[in-house]
Amino acid sequence: MDIAFLSQTMLTLIKAVPTTLILFALSVFFGGLLALLIVWMRVSGNRLLAGFARGYIFVFRGSPLLIQMFLVFYGLGQFGVIRYSFLWPFLREPMVCAVLSLALCTAGYSAEIFRAGLRAVPTREIEAARAIGMSGFLLVRRILAPIAFRHALPAYSTEIVLMMKSTALASLVTVWEVTGVAQRLISQTYRTMEVFLCAALIYLALNFIILQALSLLEYALSKHRRAPPTSPSPIPR
Amino acid sequence: MMTSLQLLGFGSGGWGALLLLGALITLAVTASALAIGAVLGALVAAMKLSGRPLRAAVGHVYTTVFRGVPELLIIYLIYFGGSSAVTALGHALGFEGFLGLPSFLAGALAVGIISGAYQAEVYRGAYLAIPPGELEAALAIGMSRRLRLRRIVLPQVIRFAIPGLGNVWQLSLKDSALVSVTGLAELMRTSQVAAGSTRQYFLFYIVGGCLYLILTSLSDRVFKGAERQADRSQSAAMIGRG
Repeated sequence: MDIAFLSQTMLTLIKAVPTTLILFALSVFFGGLLALLIVWMRVSGNRLLAGFARGYIFVFRGSPLLIQMFLVFYGLGQFGVIRYSFLWPFLREPMVCAVLSLALCTAGYSAEIFRAGLRAVPTREIEAARAIGMSGFLLVRRILAPIAFRHALPAYSTEIVLMMKSTALASLVTVWEVTGVAQRLISQTYRTMEVFLCAALIYLALNFIILQALSLLEYALSKHRRAPPTSPSPIPR
Repeated sequence: MMTSLQLLGFGSGGWGALLLLGALITLAVTASALAIGAVLGALVAAMKLSGRPLRAAVGHVYTTVFRGVPELLIIYLIYFGGSSAVTALGHALGFEGFLGLPSFLAGALAVGIISGAYQAEVYRGAYLAIPPGELEAALAIGMSRRLRLRRIVLPQVIRFAIPGLGNVWQLSLKDSALVSVTGLAELMRTSQVAAGSTRQYFLFYIVGGCLYLILTSLSDRVFKGAERQADRSQSAAMIGRG
């Protein structure tokens, strides 16, 4: 074991962690927003909107993320409409393309997860809310969203970890995040195992932190499921 | 200037045949990965269920690492690591220079190792779904370990595992696109080469994406069919019991 090489590699890779985190945070945020929109379309009852949402989910879940990313990165620039529009300065950036494709892709998966959460909301709760005159946004805010989110959280945690792993693909459109830097180190040094070990440790640590944070959130959101304390805790004398 | 139709056609200068060949190679990589993953997954599931702390820990590390680390990184590990191992072996046998691991083998192995981690969890879940009473009954009438495995465990594990295996297959199908980084001419790589050499990026990535959609929806159908096939006796028994 070459400790000097390992620590050097680790330091180089850790410098790329912020890029990975930015990719991850932005795509989870925008992907989540887009997923909400898709779910709203999917359950809207309007056949046109629901059809669009179905198609969206089918396409983005059924094809590999890499081809979607290349389509955005290489494909969009081919059109004069986009090349000469005000959007081009943004869409030219590899980072923007990576976030855009990651967000578009995760929205497809998250939409299905949120829909499953929505279906788990008991009908009687909705009926009760309607009976006392709640409707529209109030119904969503007080009844649907909190219950659906709680139900969706375990599956959504898995999706978020998958997103962390998916940020690795951004290296193939020249965003230098952890995997990209690791690949460069491997081809420079030919010490595959050591570099892999360092990069793997970083990803496992990141995923561990995310999962812990999410299970903490799950715990905080399930107060009603825990037995109430039977008696006030005794005051130490 | 060729039209899109000519570019996608089967005539000279058309990429149709190559794209279809790429799709076949994608299927071959995924199928090999599923087979490799089945062996690894069964092994790891057995380790996790063995009840022996050391074996269970090894199984746990395997599933944590290969489900928690980006697939791309694992492909680099197998491709570059495998190649340097082969080169070292070559030197020992007297060959000079760099020897590469065949990219098909490296790809199938890498996707297979990832698939194995997911399959292990599928098999473990399927095993735990076997009613414990059946295992006890088999034990009580004196079935040997082997016979129990063959008559009670395997038939039910396979039946319970089919939906999960369908999901793993879809994951592997999409992971196999990442094998394109090793230069293997599967569907992703072929779309990339076609897009680059004709400069029709949008067209070829859309067509490549559509071929992937066809592959995923067809295999979805196959697994749904298999599920129905495996559940036939189940639903009949259910009705009989009622």
